Amino acid sequence: MISEQTKQRMCDLASRYPVARSAVMPALHLVQQEEGYITSEGLQAVADAVGMTVDAVESVATFYTMYQQHPQGKHVVHVCTSISCYLRNCDALVEHLEKRLGIKRGETTPDGNVTLLTAECLASCGTAPVLQVNGEFVENVTLEKADALIRDWNETARA
Amino acid sequence: MPELIVTKNLAIPGLDTLATYREHGGYEALAHALTAYQPDELVALIKDSGLRGRGGAGFPTGMKWGFLAKNNMPRYLCCNADESEPGTFKDRMLMEKNPHQLVEGVIITSFACRVTTAFIYVRGELAKAGRQVTRAVEEAYAAGLIGKNILGSDYSLDIIVHRGAGAYICGEESALMESLEGRRGYPRLKPPFPAVVGLYGGPTVINNCETLSTIPAIIKGGAQWYASFGTEKSKGTRVFCLSGHVKKPGNYELPLGTPISTLIYDEQYGGGMLDDKKLKAIIPGGSSTFILGADKVNTPLDFESIAAVGSMLGSGGVIAINEDTCMVGAILRMTEFYRDESCGKCTPCREGTYWMTEILERLEHGHGKESDIKLLVDICDNISGKSFCPLGDASTSSITSGIKLFLEEFQYHVTHGHCMVGAGRTRPEIGAVEGASLFAGAV
Repeated sequence: MISEQTKQRMCDLASRYPVARSAVMPALHLVQQEEGYITSEGLQAVADAVGMTVDAVESVATFYTMYQQHPQGKHVVHVCTSISCYLRNCDALVEHLEKRLGIKRGETTPDGNVTLLTAECLASCGTAPVLQVNGEFVENVTLEKADALIRDWNETARA
Repeated sequence: MPELIVTKNLAIPGLDTLATYREHGGYEALAHALTAYQPDELVALIKDSGLRGRGGAGFPTGMKWGFLAKNNMPRYLCCNADESEPGTFKDRMLMEKNPHQLVEGVIITSFACRVTTAFIYVRGELAKAGRQVTRAVEEAYAAGLIGKNILGSDYSLDIIVHRGAGAYICGEESALMESLEGRRGYPRLKPPFPAVVGLYGGPTVINNCETLSTIPAIIKGGAQWYASFGTEKSKGTRVFCLSGHVKKPGNYELPLGTPISTLIYDEQYGGGMLDDKKLKAIIPGGSSTFILGADKVNTPLDFESIAAVGSMLGSGGVIAINEDTCMVGAILRMTEFYRDESCGKCTPCREGTYWMTEILERLEHGHGKESDIKLLVDICDNISGKSFCPLGDASTSSITSGIKLFLEEFQYHVTHGHCMVGAGRTRPEIGAVEGASLFAGAV
């Protein structure tokens, strides 16, 4: 369900820009925040708010990688695998996380707690290797740090 | 340590708040610009300062402003803060730690270019940077620094912070405008250039985040003062993002013309190679620039000197690579980036980056043939200069320069089926450096 409040915020955004259509990206961020991923109801709500067809909104939503097409885990983990992190052995980090979580990159744990993804350069090359959990940075990641993160995620799953 | 301009005051706690920023002279440059200058005089001042764009191409900023078409269409400013070039992490730091400096630069630039609506396009993945800039803009609105009749003048400006959503291509200026207009981030055909037909069809100036963050200091210190730093043609300072196999990776602001060796080996900066290994290769300006051999380590970091040795200063992302790194593997990783980030609009880039990755993969995993090396060079030749936008060109830089410099490693993969050095035999432990900080030395 897209709340009335979110619908109102999307309409406000549409009037903030010189052209309503420009609000499609922030509006998509809003519906994703509310529903966890881009649903068909979300597409419709955005289309109504910014005056585009649903197809046109979907064309935007499928171009940008941050708009998720499927439900995600409670903790969405993005491990940077671009060159600077590669030189600091991010591949070992990804493998370690895959092993500990029992899933491959791109997958979500069966309990829906963690989604493990790889990402292109996250602009944190000076503190490689890095990952993001729900958009927030964890820098200079060691295998010990990764284990501590997994413990935290498991605790919040039980809580 | 040389004088800091863009990263000055960065260590001050609370600098990201309006009150603290103002305590340290923040928004004085704006007040001065609004009262002591006409817009055209500001354009002339920035031209005199010699400031060149810090996003990658290094185009003279004042000249760019001067190119804006004089017509009746509304003019726009877009701040390109879509930092995504592998090896680059300066704009994120500037937005997170000193967002008001950027906002002040945006206001002054908008005034100089007679713009009444400005956009700050922040990369979507940089959530904190986005929040910091949004908050700074809100604070500035509340204090009368943005909005109607700024600081009592007759100048009014609207600033909209726009979050991206994950697309490297939107760092390309025409794709950025498409994205702002609510479409897929496909680049536009040039000409017409944005200065003539840009956002919503109006004359548009697009500047990088670091470029705009430098403007307040130039207004305060004067064009001659700024031009006293750097070299004859590359004036001022620049934030170099040092990463890879160095002891102290981080952002370091240095005058243009500082040798690469100083950045990598000086105790105040990189502190030398990690585990005192030998330097093998340098990427001087982000993964889109040509790889340099270790013999070029004394090259000054300025636009002309780096071009003279066959690469580009690019975005300032300096990546140091040690002797234990298999260049085939490293180049494969860089090529995967362009395959994933190609927008798909033009065939050479969409298909070429895919095929180059496939071929590099089979070489890396020991299934390659001698003819694959030639084939790679041939594909590069069919992309470079023939793709719709610079992303295609960028995807070939590491491959052509890598094959030229490290041909024997490619051949070794063909003949032996595995790496000549490093990976495959020894893998460094992750997190090998203790206490290396993103901001070490920059503050």
